Amino acid sequence: MRRNLPLRIAIVAVVVIASLVYLYPPPGVRDFLYGPVTGAPTSNPWIPRTLNLGLDLQGGIHLVLGVDLDKALEAQVERATGTVRAALEKKGVAVGRIQRRGSTELVVELASPQSFTAAQEALTELGSFESKEADQAAGRVVLALRPKEAATLRELAVRQGLETIRNRVDQFGVAEPSIQQQGDNRILIQLPGVQDPERAKALIGKTALLEFKLVDDRMDPERALKEGPPEGTEILYQRRVDKETRQESRVPYLVQTKTHLTGADLSTARVSIDQTTSEPYVSVELNTAGAKAFAELTAANVGRRLAIILDGNVHSAPVIRERIPSGQAQITGGFTSEDATDLAIVLRAGALPAPVQVLEERTVGPSLGADSIRQGMIAILASTALVSLFMLVYYRLSGLIANVALGLNLLILLAVMAGFHATLTLPGIAGIALTVGMAVDTNILIFERIREEFRSGKTVRVAIGAGFSRAFKTVIDTHVTVLVSGLILFQFGTGPVKGFAVSLMIGILASLFTAVFFTRLIFDLIYMGSRKVETISI
Amino acid sequence: MLQIFVDPQYNFIGRRRWAYLISIVFILIGVGSMVAKGGLRYGIDFSGGTLIQVRFERPVPVERIRAALERIRLGESVIQEFGDPREFILRLPLVETSAEAVTRQVQEALGKDGSLGKLEVRRVEFVGPQVGRDLQIQALYAVLWSMAGILIYVAIRFDLKGGFASIAAIIHDVLVCLSAMSLTNREMSLPVLAALLTIIGYSVNDTIVAYDRVRENRGKGTRKGQSFESQINTAINQTLSRTVLTALTVFFSTAVLYVFGGKVLEDLAFVLTIGVVTGTYSTVYIAGSLIVDWTLWVEARSRRGKKVMAKA
Repeated sequence: MRRNLPLRIAIVAVVVIASLVYLYPPPGVRDFLYGPVTGAPTSNPWIPRTLNLGLDLQGGIHLVLGVDLDKALEAQVERATGTVRAALEKKGVAVGRIQRRGSTELVVELASPQSFTAAQEALTELGSFESKEADQAAGRVVLALRPKEAATLRELAVRQGLETIRNRVDQFGVAEPSIQQQGDNRILIQLPGVQDPERAKALIGKTALLEFKLVDDRMDPERALKEGPPEGTEILYQRRVDKETRQESRVPYLVQTKTHLTGADLSTARVSIDQTTSEPYVSVELNTAGAKAFAELTAANVGRRLAIILDGNVHSAPVIRERIPSGQAQITGGFTSEDATDLAIVLRAGALPAPVQVLEERTVGPSLGADSIRQGMIAILASTALVSLFMLVYYRLSGLIANVALGLNLLILLAVMAGFHATLTLPGIAGIALTVGMAVDTNILIFERIREEFRSGKTVRVAIGAGFSRAFKTVIDTHVTVLVSGLILFQFGTGPVKGFAVSLMIGILASLFTAVFFTRLIFDLIYMGSRKVETISI
Repeated sequence: MLQIFVDPQYNFIGRRRWAYLISIVFILIGVGSMVAKGGLRYGIDFSGGTLIQVRFERPVPVERIRAALERIRLGESVIQEFGDPREFILRLPLVETSAEAVTRQVQEALGKDGSLGKLEVRRVEFVGPQVGRDLQIQALYAVLWSMAGILIYVAIRFDLKGGFASIAAIIHDVLVCLSAMSLTNREMSLPVLAALLTIIGYSVNDTIVAYDRVRENRGKGTRKGQSFESQINTAINQTLSRTVLTALTVFFSTAVLYVFGGKVLEDLAFVLTIGVVTGTYSTVYIAGSLIVDWTLWVEARSRRGKKVMAKA
């Protein structure tokens, strides 16, 4: 079976060279293969720089955020109140109250039951709502968000959240962040090498809903607290921290529920420093429409106070002294410069469509990552050494060939991981160590079979041929079963554990090439030549 | 030529009742320990909670850390030394507050006790209740799916009987691994699950090799009058050296990983090591033996059936 020798040698040579190029690309080729920027350089000189290290090895944050989709719908439905009212009034129907019920329903109360038919007609024209209950006598209609519309809004909320978070992370300046949707309502964020996880998390997780609402001075907030706020108003708090005692206090404000402007009306936000107090604050600039609304609002309410509210907390409530035509506003409130920078970032990037909640967090410090790399390398080297020694002692020359095949296997494994931008994690290193033990299994199956054939009286050449072909079926069987569980593990696993499945599967597949194709080639070169062979070192 | 088994003729199948007994006793001990300990311990991946890995400047007694943590009342926390007397894992139950609030509280509490010295927070893991529950369900599916996958493969490649015997061997291996974990106080975590799934795929390997040999021998024509029991036993003996050798190299790898791989990988390596050993054992004694018993049972029943028919 000395067929196609040149072709087979060429294939092996191409694979070896390609693997080396993918792992240690020359400078020019590197950009071609991996694009201009690749991962942060690892501190460990033994790890090729082309390998993409997981967060558990290089340190960083892994976050899974859950988007509160009910809240996102609530906000949308709340916003639709105005549209519904306008649609009814256009048809000359006088509307009483419109209130949200649950996260997807609106209860519309008509001023008089007589206009019920006209109202129903007007409401059928609303695309996104359908009428759910109608009570003609009371002049009441309950509208429900169409399920299809609700699904679209949910999807939109997650996409928008993803986009917003991506914007914020980009502005925060993280090398190679990864932000992906996971399942229906989850966002997976991976930030390698971030030094200050708390700050990063606060920045990502903040809803950052900026609202401008008028302060209601008709009632003292303390009284409103006792008696309940009058209709159309609500109580919000300002958090104040005493600089000396660091005591936190909450000051109540009675504000109108109507929101006049939101963060969506901003064109930009940046940090400035107050000349007199040298305290940082955030100055915001409104877009054209926002500036116009702001000018009207300030003109109509000179002397009243305007509350600037972020995520339901009053930041400040300055008195409107005059009409402000410029569309410039300032958010003050005892910021540190870091706070102010982060606030400016989130305001520029926009608000999240709904609050998010941290469902899962894994933060690994860089020193632990470095330790893990070192221990993992030792494990791989020791595993390779022990297994190679065993193969050498047990199978002698054939064992040596198997060991070369094993080395080739590891080379291909790492090169494939680099080439596919797969992530090497600590469990992935365990997978490599395990691959070492499993990859030589293929050689053992073949070698044992050759020995058996040889013992049964066949010549060396026939024994080799029969050994390879008979063992092949078994080799496929063993590969399939490991791959089955590997695939399921990959499908199921998250982050680091996925890395285990990846390196195990690549290693197992590579062993088909190295332990069968490559080993066979070497055997053919040694034993299938023209000279007569009587013994085999196996 | 170095050889561990020269033409082995062990009577494995004949001693299968002893093997059943050993397996059952071990699993009963394991299950007993699980019951006594109130179930297998779940790591935070599955139970939810916060895990904080800290390293102090110098060795610190566990009691001091416990005392410092008790002051902030975060509930029942588990404190474990982690591979080094300076390094500890603190496991805190799920609380309402966020992970960083918990971390900060812990850091402050430990910082207040001056005798503990400076500390470094090396790792924080927080898993919310929702994620933990999801993972539990997914883990169960993953195990069931991989068993189903292997059942289907073996059933197509050989027969349904072989498939079920393989599954029985796999269940045996998983139970042995879980028992060993319970006996050594290890907890169920994601890496451990990865190890279990790998074992599920690996342990069936040798079983397939043995079945394949039975078929090959039949193809050559079995010796006249050789019982099925003896056919299986012959196949197991013929493949014994490769079964043991392949297991041995994998065992080398996992044992090395257990010793050198560091604390984080220790549980994964432990389960892999136990799994390789029990996977090899179950090939010989569980999968092979069960298929023999099953065949004998079916034959006995059909014979009885024939007798009944003859009488009628």
